Amino acid sequence: MKVKKTIKLFIGGKFPRSESGRVAPQYFAASKTKVSAHYCQASRKDFRASIEANKKAEGPWAARSAYNRGQILYRIAENLEMRRGEFEEIFISILGYSKSKANKTLEQAIAAFVYYAGFADKYSQVLASLNPVQGSQHNFTFPEAIGSGVLAEGSSTKFVELCNELAALLATGNVVTVLQSPTCALLLSPFAEVLATSDVPAGVVNLLSASNDELMPVAASHMDVLYITLLEDKDLALVKGEAIHNLKRVFRAPANGRSIESIAQAVEYKTTWHPTGF
Amino acid sequence: MSLIRLKSNGAKNLFIERIPVDAVGVEERTQYFCKRSIKKESKMRALIQIIKMIDLTTLEGADTSGKVEQLCARALSPVDGELKNVFLNHFNTYDYFPQVAAVCVYPSFVKEAAARLKGSGVQVASVATAFPAGQLPLKLKKADVEFAIKSGADEIDMVIDRDAFLSGDYQKVFDEIVCIKEICGQVHLKVILETGELKTYDKIRLASHLAMEAGADFIKTSTGKVSPGATLGSTLVMLQAIQDYYDQTGQIVGMKPAGGIRTAKQAIQYLVMLNETLGKAWMTPELFRFGASTLLNDVLRQIFKQLTGRYYYHEAFSID
Amino acid sequence: MKTQKIKKKSKVKKKTTNKNHAGATLAKEEDFNFAYSKAPQASSVVKVKEAYQLYINGKFCDASQKKTFNSINPATGKKLCKIALASKKDVDKAVASAKNAYNKTWSKISARERSYYLFRIARLIQEKSRELAVLETMDGGKPIKESRDVDLPLVAAHFFYHAGWADKLQYAFPGQKASPIGVVGQVIPWNFPLLMAAWKIAPALATGNTVVIKPAETTSASIMHLAEIFQEAELPDGVVNIVTGAGEVGAALVNHKDVNKVAFTGSNEVGKLIAKSVASSNKRVTLELGGKSANIVFEDAAIDQAVEGVINGIYFNQGHVCCAGSRLLIEENIKDIFLKKLKRRMQQLRVGDPLDKNTDVGAINSKEQLDKINQIVDAGKKEGLDFYQSKTCSLPSQGYFYKPSFFNGVSSASVVARSEIFGPVLSIQSFRNPEEAIAKANNSPYGLAAGVWSEKGSKILQVAKALKAGVIWSNTYNKFDPTSPFGGYKESGQGREGGRQGLSAYVELQS
Repeated sequence: MKVKKTIKLFIGGKFPRSESGRVAPQYFAASKTKVSAHYCQASRKDFRASIEANKKAEGPWAARSAYNRGQILYRIAENLEMRRGEFEEIFISILGYSKSKANKTLEQAIAAFVYYAGFADKYSQVLASLNPVQGSQHNFTFPEAIGSGVLAEGSSTKFVELCNELAALLATGNVVTVLQSPTCALLLSPFAEVLATSDVPAGVVNLLSASNDELMPVAASHMDVLYITLLEDKDLALVKGEAIHNLKRVFRAPANGRSIESIAQAVEYKTTWHPTGF
Repeated sequence: MSLIRLKSNGAKNLFIERIPVDAVGVEERTQYFCKRSIKKESKMRALIQIIKMIDLTTLEGADTSGKVEQLCARALSPVDGELKNVFLNHFNTYDYFPQVAAVCVYPSFVKEAAARLKGSGVQVASVATAFPAGQLPLKLKKADVEFAIKSGADEIDMVIDRDAFLSGDYQKVFDEIVCIKEICGQVHLKVILETGELKTYDKIRLASHLAMEAGADFIKTSTGKVSPGATLGSTLVMLQAIQDYYDQTGQIVGMKPAGGIRTAKQAIQYLVMLNETLGKAWMTPELFRFGASTLLNDVLRQIFKQLTGRYYYHEAFSID
Repeated sequence: MKTQKIKKKSKVKKKTTNKNHAGATLAKEEDFNFAYSKAPQASSVVKVKEAYQLYINGKFCDASQKKTFNSINPATGKKLCKIALASKKDVDKAVASAKNAYNKTWSKISARERSYYLFRIARLIQEKSRELAVLETMDGGKPIKESRDVDLPLVAAHFFYHAGWADKLQYAFPGQKASPIGVVGQVIPWNFPLLMAAWKIAPALATGNTVVIKPAETTSASIMHLAEIFQEAELPDGVVNIVTGAGEVGAALVNHKDVNKVAFTGSNEVGKLIAKSVASSNKRVTLELGGKSANIVFEDAAIDQAVEGVINGIYFNQGHVCCAGSRLLIEENIKDIFLKKLKRRMQQLRVGDPLDKNTDVGAINSKEQLDKINQIVDAGKKEGLDFYQSKTCSLPSQGYFYKPSFFNGVSSASVVARSEIFGPVLSIQSFRNPEEAIAKANNSPYGLAAGVWSEKGSKILQVAKALKAGVIWSNTYNKFDPTSPFGGYKESGQGREGGRQGLSAYVELQS
């Protein structure tokens, strides 16, 4: 007899249930009525708690060295690799992927974390500049993290794109609340566990299983959320409309996977002047 | 570097230099001390010396006569029974188990502590000047000190006026210390800078010089009521200030890190730092103290681990 | 701007009779002596082989004539192990293997796969750090504290950093296409054996080249353990090849017709010979040579931290550092107080067994190097210069050791201001204003590094702008990072290693 598990949320390094107590069934792809497991549905209050956990983690995460962030991202890749069987099993049983598709999906997901692990200590060498201003001034521009934000998967599971954007956000020192699509809510469990065991500090990444319809308006209007990254066009107009209130940065994940684009959009530029002279 | 001009009885104009301190450099140097590997004989000698440098402290609202009585008993004899014999059998240069340097209590307990420790060599230190916040007029702070001395205190641990210091009224900070030292006379005066509230090494360095010029016998990091308490970095900066002051004037000032030193390992790091800065000349309880309460038990544990090969359980040592 | 105290200082300090206000006096000699007991790192953590072979085409093999030579542990003067002595035939074999690997494997696999190999290697280095550090100390003489806490972490970091560039070269050279050069021949020195190997191998591999590398003859053991890591990481055969031996082997390597690029770190004499011998070829060359770097301390420096920086600048790694701050340029008005603090700080330096965790200054790498140091120091003494050595320091009775020392009152023309000593000997000069400091610092054929100590930001930036040195450390010294390009101006070499700029030496660029 198998011991079944309820999929909880992942906030602040812990695994709480939704404060709303709501739970929904995740069906097997093959049957559409047979339940694989139940998952907690995140509520508005869970979302707010998640943002609060993000905010606490903001400063310490951005203060880590780029090398350290890269090491953590590589650790995530290592752990994903070790547990890829679990993930593949979920893709096959819940989304009906073929073995080969599931295999390729994991390969690309792992590659995403390795790629951005290797970008963490380089992007500022590519994006920063020493500006040759007039006068006896030393002037330099460099990229900094934006802060707390939201990564919304949308109406369907897009695991590889999700990993790409998440890895880029972590590489640049941002913290994030991920709204995971309920079409494959079961992924949250092993994914959260991978993050929890990869030295990612508590609160840097929070995972909520949520339907966009419910939480997107909340995310878009929350003033502590400084950026939102969307993986599909569906809610783009709504989010952009709400975002004006605190000038949230709204990003649409680029189509071409692993590149500098996801990094370049996730940073703020700071320019500093200093006189040069005895 | 910029100078602060003060009026002082001794000299018409007294200048104190603001010495800049590079924080990254300080932190790197302290890491260096942490890497020293102190083992075997050198560790044992360090541990015993640490005991002799401890100011066993209780400064709680809930302190009672009973608590202080037991603390004093502990100060006189940190261990007893089987463990004491193990120690004495091993070290034939000792007739009794080493005592701590002092006990540190609130003024209302000084009389009792003095009575209990009379003739033992263990000093009675009293906090004073509206410890820990120091937010009272000078008149009342003076009365605080006078009371403690009258009750029999051998040492006074005062706090600087952080209000005056942080708002730039250095003359006030200076005058207050001079005044308290006058009341103390031969009673040894420690001046607590409360480094956790000063925040930067530059300020800690300046406060150190201010206190020494004003007559401090010891400069001390913290009250233990504010976090962070003592850190290796703030201690290093203060030790460097003491060194400079000694080089310039020949005046000897002692140092006391207090608050947050809980383990023997940490205490040894401080001792290593002292050894490699002010050096042997300062390695005496007359010039260096640890303000601690839980430290003693960890030091004892390490001593007996080394003597017997076993980590003793918590119950082997007094909780007083 | 320091004000003299109004009170007169008494010349004679009677330390034991000074009391403080409450009557406390300084401790007497016999009161408490905190002498540190020995704290040796166990050498059993690493298995040192009796004899090391060459590493060619993914396998270990004897030299073609089975010749070997001994590697000495400089802390004891005794033999540590035997090293294979490569012949010209072995060099040919190694280059052929690298060329073959380049054509058949390394240039064919995807950039992503290259990065994966490098990440694996980086991880394995992290895991074996302790044993590698101990071996590095036993073979080269540097303190275990340094090899464990500085060298090895940097070695791993270099592989991690460059692993990430492999599939991102389009960003390193925007608007240009970067392709590998082919086979690179590399010769490295004995002062940071593994770290220099990492500085050379990691960028070469990341950019798609294959390697033949020759370590220094006095420190060939640790790179052979690195070769074992390459095997464990399943690095394709021939991508890295190691030939061991002395000058002849190096010459054969750099002159080989199938080596497309040469990278050398070492002395100026050998560097110039190499440059000369490849001048008529179209081989690309980068050189990282010596230095006589100035550590400039201004009156407005944070003095106690500056003392630390000067000490670190010259005595770290026994002064066996190309970018060592071997000249102190001190602003004259703080010279006396600075020297007093410097001397006092020097007394705390512990010279001794490199495997002792409390040792600060380890063994001089070889008898030859010790002789060189003594030679230049004697020349300096003959000039009549003031020479000071740490008083409390005692040297072990065996092995090659030298006490931290300095020459005072050195003029720019002095042999100890011009020649690289490559030992724990500092030369002290003074200056009166920033322009003079800059002129003196630049007054050298070398231009590798410089230190600038001041609490005034604008002065630091202005001085940094005017100094002819490839690396400028402000309010710090001897800081290295794989992301930070390193290399010299003038005769200290050409080309940079590390960082984005360091990659260009290993690629062909097309607009």
